[in-house]
Amino acid sequence: MKRSAFIACGALVRELRAIIDANGWDVDILGVPALLHNRPERIPGAVRARIREAVERYERVTVVYGDCGTGGLLDAALAEEGVSRIAGPHCYEMYAGEDFEELSRAEQGAFFLTDFLVREFDGIVIRGLGLDRFPQLRDDYFGNYQRAVYLAQQDSPALRAKAAEAAAQLRLPLEVRFTGYGALASRLVELHAQ
Amino acid sequence: MSENNDLTQIETSELLVIIHEDLYDGLADEVVQSVNELLRRGMSPYETLTQGLVAGMDVVGVDFRDGILFVPEVLMAAKAMKAGMAVLRPLLAETGAPSIGTMVIGTVKGDIHDIGKNLVTMMMEGAGFKVHDIGINNDADKFIAAIREHKPEVLGMSALLTTTMPYMKTVIQALEREGLRKEVIVLVGGAPVNAPFAEAVGADAYCRDASVAVTTAKARLEERRNAVPV
Repeated sequence: MKRSAFIACGALVRELRAIIDANGWDVDILGVPALLHNRPERIPGAVRARIREAVERYERVTVVYGDCGTGGLLDAALAEEGVSRIAGPHCYEMYAGEDFEELSRAEQGAFFLTDFLVREFDGIVIRGLGLDRFPQLRDDYFGNYQRAVYLAQQDSPALRAKAAEAAAQLRLPLEVRFTGYGALASRLVELHAQ
Repeated sequence: MSENNDLTQIETSELLVIIHEDLYDGLADEVVQSVNELLRRGMSPYETLTQGLVAGMDVVGVDFRDGILFVPEVLMAAKAMKAGMAVLRPLLAETGAPSIGTMVIGTVKGDIHDIGKNLVTMMMEGAGFKVHDIGINNDADKFIAAIREHKPEVLGMSALLTTTMPYMKTVIQALEREGLRKEVIVLVGGAPVNAPFAEAVGADAYCRDASVAVTTAKARLEERRNAVPV
């Protein structure tokens, strides 16, 4: 039996792999589709199903997910399964860490992007929200936003260019903030050491 | 209705089916044409609303609940209904169509996400409620002021963010402080909101979606009206 598995949102898999490699951990990642964020009520069930598969094969299972709009239902499911989760309401907060509260207050009306969202913008945002078929819905979704804030995990000109394209598609001004892996890395290290 | 049919040649019952299909497909212009044709035939604005738009949106609501339709399709249907409502709203006011209650609705302080709130507004209007939509990012004072001004039976609060949803409790506490809590049925909704949260903040009910908001508001209102004063 392998020692550990992280059950993680698909939006965090690449970053998790980098953190695992950097720390030399022997941990497998079991992904849950990131697209579930468009129907957060389905997240607890999907994570629970992954846990039940994983506990057969791993000595230790940890969930790497925010509350992600489940309103505490994910944590309730995890308590029933006896599995712990990394702290945090969502990945934006994990990346921005302690600065997030101040950032979201200052940036009310901010649509946050991450490396994952920038890479997968067409699939998650454009096609996921049906904007490829119904571009006239753009203002219904984004009309109240004032800017796009890209919380960058990598300092990559290519990703910054894609972020600029994404913001332009939403007709929002773009602000870029380099966060690295932020509290996602530090909280994981802490959790993994327990 | 994609074919170029002459609406004047279509039976009324079939025209109603066409409205339902056009709503389902999110075809706003076609819905407006059919609404105008029904009115031209002498159907009352209220019947056009209930038998045409509301009946059509009921199908949309059921298929959304059952996972057959998704958010983009529902939003397109809502746009089509909104276009139909724009024709009917002034006529409904003129003809004194029955209003079953009044609602104030808004998103709470710090929250700008209004897709769900807009859907609820439209469905409640369709169900015969007079709805005062106070928009996004409302603090407790704005909710209180709107309740004092419009004297609704129902208050709807919406939030998309886990960071903003606790503000619903602040509003409910303000209602209690101002002696208004018993005046309104408080319904809450939004992606991270659920029934235990609604109970914890002192709301009367959690509504999973716009259809549920309508049925819950109607049921609670009826309960309240039938309640024997103590």
